[in-house]
Amino acid sequence: MTPTAWGWLVLAFPLAGTIVISLGWRALGNRIGGWLGSAMILGSFVCAIGAALSLQDRAPDARHATSTLFDYAHSAGINVGLSVLVDPLSVFMALVVSGVSFLIHVYSVAYIDSDRGYARYFAYLNYFVFSMLLLVMAGNLIILIVGWAGVGAASYLLISFWYRRTTATYAGIKAFVINVIGDVALVVAAFLLWKHTNSLSFDGIFKGAHHAFHTNQGTLVAACLLLTVGAFAKSAQFPLHTWLPDAMEGPTPVSALIHAATMVTAGVYLIARFHPLYELAPTSADITAGFACFTLFYAATCALAITDLKRIIAYSTISQIGYMMLGVSTGGYDGGLFHLMTHAFFKALLFMGAGSVIGAMAGIQDIDRMGGFRRSMKFTFVTFTIGALALASFPPMSGWFSKDEILGFDVHRGGYYLALAIVAFAAALITAFYSFRMVFRVFFGDPVPEAQSLERGELAHGEHVNPMTGEPEDTDVGFPGAEHHIAEREWPMKVAMGGLAACAIAGGIVGIPGVTHWLRNFLDPVFVDSKFIHTQPTDTASWIGLVVGGGIALAGIAIAYVTYLRRPGSAGQVAARVPALHRLFSARWYFDEIFDAVFVRPTQTFGRFGRYVVESAFVQGTLVGGATGVVRAGSALARSVQSGYIRAYALLMLVGLGGLALYFLLQAT
Amino acid sequence: MTVTWYVVLSSFLFAIGGAGVLTRRNPLVVLLCLELMLNAGNLALLAFSRMWGNGDGQIFALVVMVVAACEVVVGLGIIVGIFRRRIPEDVDALSELRG
Repeated sequence: MTPTAWGWLVLAFPLAGTIVISLGWRALGNRIGGWLGSAMILGSFVCAIGAALSLQDRAPDARHATSTLFDYAHSAGINVGLSVLVDPLSVFMALVVSGVSFLIHVYSVAYIDSDRGYARYFAYLNYFVFSMLLLVMAGNLIILIVGWAGVGAASYLLISFWYRRTTATYAGIKAFVINVIGDVALVVAAFLLWKHTNSLSFDGIFKGAHHAFHTNQGTLVAACLLLTVGAFAKSAQFPLHTWLPDAMEGPTPVSALIHAATMVTAGVYLIARFHPLYELAPTSADITAGFACFTLFYAATCALAITDLKRIIAYSTISQIGYMMLGVSTGGYDGGLFHLMTHAFFKALLFMGAGSVIGAMAGIQDIDRMGGFRRSMKFTFVTFTIGALALASFPPMSGWFSKDEILGFDVHRGGYYLALAIVAFAAALITAFYSFRMVFRVFFGDPVPEAQSLERGELAHGEHVNPMTGEPEDTDVGFPGAEHHIAEREWPMKVAMGGLAACAIAGGIVGIPGVTHWLRNFLDPVFVDSKFIHTQPTDTASWIGLVVGGGIALAGIAIAYVTYLRRPGSAGQVAARVPALHRLFSARWYFDEIFDAVFVRPTQTFGRFGRYVVESAFVQGTLVGGATGVVRAGSALARSVQSGYIRAYALLMLVGLGGLALYFLLQAT
Repeated sequence: MTVTWYVVLSSFLFAIGGAGVLTRRNPLVVLLCLELMLNAGNLALLAFSRMWGNGDGQIFALVVMVVAACEVVVGLGIIVGIFRRRIPEDVDALSELRG
């Protein structure tokens, strides 16, 4: 089969899953629907492997195939087909997305088991995977935007999955609104590119751009910055990051799938896909890299101070995507995409472990109330620690190779990029520290009551309350189900976490400097026109970078060990010594408050002005009220004549006739 | 004999009928006064017909009689209905069509 045939099949499986589950949920029942959804994603993954193999059969410069199914839009000079592009980059993304999605589907089969919205959950999840695969396999900008909007909608639906929780619906709205800012920027960028290159397909844009633009031309920089805004909104980079921590209101597997492993990396894919434009407009690439660097440092500091387990991992996600953004915007495409892959493994694993712990805590997410789960949850402990080691880039975990490939590349480029890399190394120390802050706080120390009851073989049953506000809830549809699930007792969860743990350990094997260059060789045909393809650090320099990175990780873990295990309580002392800094970090640098004051409140004030002054006083009061007043007064007059007295009518008729007669008489004379 | 006297008589009859319609409250009397007004009109038609020496007015008077007969049928029907339903015999009481 041709690569594009495999590509169409990759898309067809999750679409079929969505339709079948959403139409047949009554007949399918709970677990069958979940397994069906998982099987569809597995089919998609197999087809992605097929596409990769059939691409590898071709010569390197022929590994680029497009196929159009039908005209998607055809008017006014725009000629867009429903087309897919199968090249190593899109196949790589499809492999990561469908592979990780499959494991998370399997995990969800058990995790979401007692929820009343089971079939709806899997229909949404399949729909998300379909949209995401459409995004990465799109052959032109319009189809990419369709997929882009589709994953935004899926994200909204799944954040607000427990739709009777007001905090969840609020978080869904926030995510959607911020994502729409990115969508608008992306559409405007598409318009700018189409206007100047007269094409919307990727090939056409890249070919046309070299003729239409010279280096750093204003329009091109603007278009690239708009693409960056789109990528930043989807990937939760500063200043459009505030939606991602709130998105943790969704079910934990959703956080793992959409808000850690796949959807939020769409921005990284976008920049990697548009790398010819960014190389033609280096200013925009440098601005993107600067913001990414700030984001990765800022988010790491937030993860130091906050105490909600899922939100720590969410800030860690923002920080790690900052690393990927730094990679792809400075020209280290292989490194950025390598980190995208390994991050998908270990971050999904961390979320799954967190979900298991939260299940054992009966819904509580605050790490201040956790501790001592080491003995009672051995499997979760081991896998979570593997994830944390990979996140901390501890040798020889996958994260060690991928993160340091990005940083090694930036050090090699020198100058501005060296400064960015130094900030990123500092953030890596913080990353290692907060990774093991989670491990030590959750699994070590004295067992909390929930851990003790688990050691006795009982799963804690808490009140059904909203973990954020403490509002009481029931277990009907729209709220979480009655039962909590932990990995120790559910084999699908164990399988998924085990698979991801294996990947998190061994994922680095595809890019060991000087030994294997599988990922680089696979992706090279896409980036062959890049001017950075030959500016790679030597293997020796890469290994020095790896040693430095490993040392930083060890130092961070050691500091965390001293802080939380050797001298428990010293974290509190440090926080008490610098209260302003601690407040700054735990309030997430007040960005939520700043945006609230700068954007949300003025908009609300303006809305209230419109509501009470323009709408109530002017439109309702003056325009509508005036018109109805005139009609009402006129009709009151007409009504008063209709007295209902026959003799009055007769008198009026006589008077009228008499008046007419008099008029004609006077006329006649 | 000029047509004047006929027209004066007709006007008087019309005025009497009109005043009756406006002042009386018994529906039967109102109906009778209406007849008076119609016949005052008929008288004027006949007088003018005679004056001009052609029959148009007479034909028209016949038409008016037919209309008057129809009107009496309907009007008397309503009055019989009023009596049957024991509604007060007062046209002012029949004011349910007030706007």
